[in-house]
Amino acid sequence: MNNYETVFILTPVLSDAQMKEAVEKFKTLLTEQGAEIVNEENWGLRKLAYPIEKKTTGFYSFLEFKADPATIDKLEVNFRRDERVIRFLTVKQDHFAFEYAEKRRNNKHGKKHEAKAPVKETAEKVENDVESEEKED
Amino acid sequence: MAKQSEIRYLTPVSVDVKKKKYCRFKKNGIKYIDYKDPEFLKKFLNEQGKILPRRITGTSLKFQRRIAQAVKRARHIALLPYVTDLMK
Repeated sequence: MNNYETVFILTPVLSDAQMKEAVEKFKTLLTEQGAEIVNEENWGLRKLAYPIEKKTTGFYSFLEFKADPATIDKLEVNFRRDERVIRFLTVKQDHFAFEYAEKRRNNKHGKKHEAKAPVKETAEKVENDVESEEKED
Repeated sequence: MAKQSEIRYLTPVSVDVKKKKYCRFKKNGIKYIDYKDPEFLKKFLNEQGKILPRRITGTSLKFQRRIAQAVKRARHIALLPYVTDLMK
């Protein structure tokens, strides 16, 4: 069993219920394959950085799960077959990624309104360094 | 010959004290670079969305590789553009 995380983008033409249904479909697919879902996030309708299939927005979903490597193949085949999914990315969490994900999860559960708090904190610390260097260059 | 030391400049010669570059990931103990945070990754891109070289950011090779990996993942899921103008 490895730890994985996957981000997938659903078409914006779906209604809210249809979108939830699609996410549910992939979740049940995973659990049927013996995977254990650790975390689920819905980032909502977001603007894409560039158009995909002539669409400029999409529903982002994020799943973290424990699964056997063979499960990933099945999941990705299903992503490809599903017309509602316009883009997906599955990543195996290495040691550092796992630690980071744990921290992120805990922070999110602690204060649900600031889901991105852990990320921002480290980012801001670094921000000042970068800015000073950018001027120099 | 001896008068060489008496050369005077109209403007004071600016001797640039170069600030030593350092790897911010090593300094701050950041071990993992998240591809899901485009705002952070934007610090390592230029206006066209290209990844800045190490020679400018001072990042160590190890983390430069990880930045590159994270940026490429972020581009795939449309959190960052592949090509653009005036990103900042």
